Amino acid sequence: MSQMKETTLAAAEAHNREFLVFSLGEEEYAIDILKVQEIRGYENVTRIANAPDFIKGVTNLRGVIVPIVDLRIKFHLDKVEYGGQTVVIVVNVEDRVVGIVVDGVSDVMTLSPEQIKPAPEFGVTLSSDFLSGLGSLDDRMLVIVDIDKLLTSDEMELVESVAE
Amino acid sequence: MDITDFYDTFFEEAEELLADMERYLLELDVDEPDNEQLNAIFRAAHSIKGGAGTFGFEALQRTTHLFENLLDHTRKGELKLRRDIVDTFLETKDMLSDQLDAYRNGNEPDQEAFERICQVLQQLALEEIGQDLESGAPSAAVPQQEPKPEPEPTTAASDAAAAGQRIVSLLNVGEKDRLLLVEELGQLGQVVSHGGDEACYEVTLSTTVGNDDIEAVMCFIIDTDQIKIRTVEGEVSPAESQASALESAPPSTSVQTAAPAPATPATAPAKSAKSDGAAKGKAKAKGGGESTSIRVSVDKVDQIINLVGELIITQSMLDQTVSEMDNVANSALQNGMSLLQRNARDLQESVMSIRMIPMDFVFSRFPRVVRETASKLGKEIELVTEGESTELDKSLTERIIDPLTHLVRNSLDHGIEPPDVREAAGKPRSGKLVLSAKHQGGNIIIEVIDDGAGLNRDRLLSKAKENGLPVSDSMSDDEVWQLIFAPGFSTAKEVTDVSGRGVGMDVVKRNIQGMGGHVQIMSRPHEGTTIRIVLPLTLAILDGMSIKVGNEMFILPLSAVLESLQPSREDLYAMAGDDVVLKVRDEYLPVVAVHEALDVPKAKTELTETIAVIVQGEGRRYALLVDDLVGQQQVVVKNLETNYRKVPGVSAATILGDGSVALILDITGLHRLSREKKEKRRPERKPALEALTNEELET
Repeated sequence: MSQMKETTLAAAEAHNREFLVFSLGEEEYAIDILKVQEIRGYENVTRIANAPDFIKGVTNLRGVIVPIVDLRIKFHLDKVEYGGQTVVIVVNVEDRVVGIVVDGVSDVMTLSPEQIKPAPEFGVTLSSDFLSGLGSLDDRMLVIVDIDKLLTSDEMELVESVAE
Repeated sequence: MDITDFYDTFFEEAEELLADMERYLLELDVDEPDNEQLNAIFRAAHSIKGGAGTFGFEALQRTTHLFENLLDHTRKGELKLRRDIVDTFLETKDMLSDQLDAYRNGNEPDQEAFERICQVLQQLALEEIGQDLESGAPSAAVPQQEPKPEPEPTTAASDAAAAGQRIVSLLNVGEKDRLLLVEELGQLGQVVSHGGDEACYEVTLSTTVGNDDIEAVMCFIIDTDQIKIRTVEGEVSPAESQASALESAPPSTSVQTAAPAPATPATAPAKSAKSDGAAKGKAKAKGGGESTSIRVSVDKVDQIINLVGELIITQSMLDQTVSEMDNVANSALQNGMSLLQRNARDLQESVMSIRMIPMDFVFSRFPRVVRETASKLGKEIELVTEGESTELDKSLTERIIDPLTHLVRNSLDHGIEPPDVREAAGKPRSGKLVLSAKHQGGNIIIEVIDDGAGLNRDRLLSKAKENGLPVSDSMSDDEVWQLIFAPGFSTAKEVTDVSGRGVGMDVVKRNIQGMGGHVQIMSRPHEGTTIRIVLPLTLAILDGMSIKVGNEMFILPLSAVLESLQPSREDLYAMAGDDVVLKVRDEYLPVVAVHEALDVPKAKTELTETIAVIVQGEGRRYALLVDDLVGQQQVVVKNLETNYRKVPGVSAATILGDGSVALILDITGLHRLSREKKEKRRPERKPALEALTNEELET
């Protein structure tokens, strides 16, 4: 149902959208470029006690305290290293600023609605609820992440859940 | 531009006017009302009515209209004020506030309430002055020169004046203005004739509009003392004549509104013409307000504060770099840096002061609270406020209102005795309640002082025993007084409408602690009780002690730190489980290790190598084990919840000189966190502490 909705929505927009493409291990992911505030290096992160391991801590972004989430840990990637290539994409979701750690940012792509296919039901790690579809570009496949839904979901533990 | 763009301005202005109105109403001396105050109240109602009319807020307009008329009669002395009338006025003011809120939220005001208040006002008018408010135009002609107007003819007089012909005399008005005025008057009614010279130009006008309104229109062009309005006798327009036809018009309907001596003659000088006052007073208030202050949204101010905070951090980062440079070669740079530092600090201070608002904002609502509470309780209370100009951070001012209201109510209910009891005790019948505010160091001290019976030590103790609280007769007074903050504790003999349910004082204490402050109580039997609230001036800056655990820096709020010491093995005692207590001067304090509570790696685990910081939070004292004390510094408090969530054991974050983030520890939360952790870990024991336990057992 929801996928149907997503596709019709995407079709209804009938506009090409721009995505920022980043890599986590071997896979390529994409997020709506309008959500991206800036891209910076991974540095100076203050650990937060008793938080899940994928929340690396908080950092100072020009006076704003921003939590840093490592999507590689969240998505259970084997290799999690912090080096010169490690970048933080600072995104703006629902009035919150969050930094996500990825292995690298490759480019900005424009996808037409036809290029975005509905995501199949899969994986426990990354529920398809958090995907807005799969983008195909020549022989590449981009996993298009609905970053709003992902970061505000309960399992990210970034937002105070209502139950608490 | 849409008219709705002006809504907000109107709402804000109306709110201020209502606040003024309430203040004046409360200040009113019922027996001898000050005409200036009555005028001010009238003006406020009038202004709101005008705005409401412009924006089409019908209920608000009608309510203010009735209210305004009633006030008009009051200031003319036709309506003798009584306490219950003032109460009705206050109620009307509340109703206006409610209506205003409703309009602000885009709703229609409560129709039932609206009708009820209109009825109340009408009823009051009928009973007191025998007049229907709807028909009487505001400030219709009333024989001003006669201090005691005959009750019946008044109605007729005003109606006749309202409906009849007027001769408007314009004194010393130039030709250009004259034409303009005639034109203006033509819009109010029918200009029957006009003519004359510059010294005195007369316009005969047939209109149903009140004298005040005529004057108000002309005031835009000329001064009020240039206007004289006479009512032509006997010529009453037929449509409006029924009311006046029933009674014979009194001989002296002709008035000179330009110089109406207020009906309470002794107090006000004859020159304080009411419309004159209305027009000029308004102009003055407006002019004064605009030239000295501007409205800025809090968001904008906060943004500036943030930016300045940033600037300070950047500056200290630069400072660090520069200080490592060669002194001689870079002396110009270093001089520049110290200048920058000074300027930056000054800038920060001035910016912070924008957020500060005077305590008057808080205190001004208490006359009302005290008045109502006192009349409910049948007590006589004199309220004194001191230090209204003391400034406090806006966010704190807003949060202090509720706890303070509670304390005041409590003082009135439990503190101050009924008049008879007071008299018997040789005290003046009316009790005195003092609200005071003053600065002391980086704190603001707010006191609620009553001259009542004081707290009763014995009763507190016996009540505490009843409630099963751990008390003993040897407790110090201070400790006994603090009992009233225990949840569910009330010594009131009976629950009253005002207080006594025992909920509240603990909430008061918690609220104040939430603001980073604390409450002290001083009390003497038969002399009274003083409740003192000590609050930090602002929440945005904190005096902190930086500590190091492992490789991580944390900030402790300095206000929570009592002392620090290096624990020696002899003073550490193991308890059941893996608890450890530290003996400090005959007192056993629980020990909380920061590295355990917050899982800090590479921290010192040998207890005797650590430093114990004795901290106090919510009345509980314990020893916090840290690796090192780094220093004291002022830090800018940054909310973690803006982009993240609440973290247990951490109250906020700050940015250090090197640009990194340090967490500010929450003393109470840390204790709770450590207990929870220990509970979870109960089966498996912590090796380090176990080792200590064994050693302790051996020695």
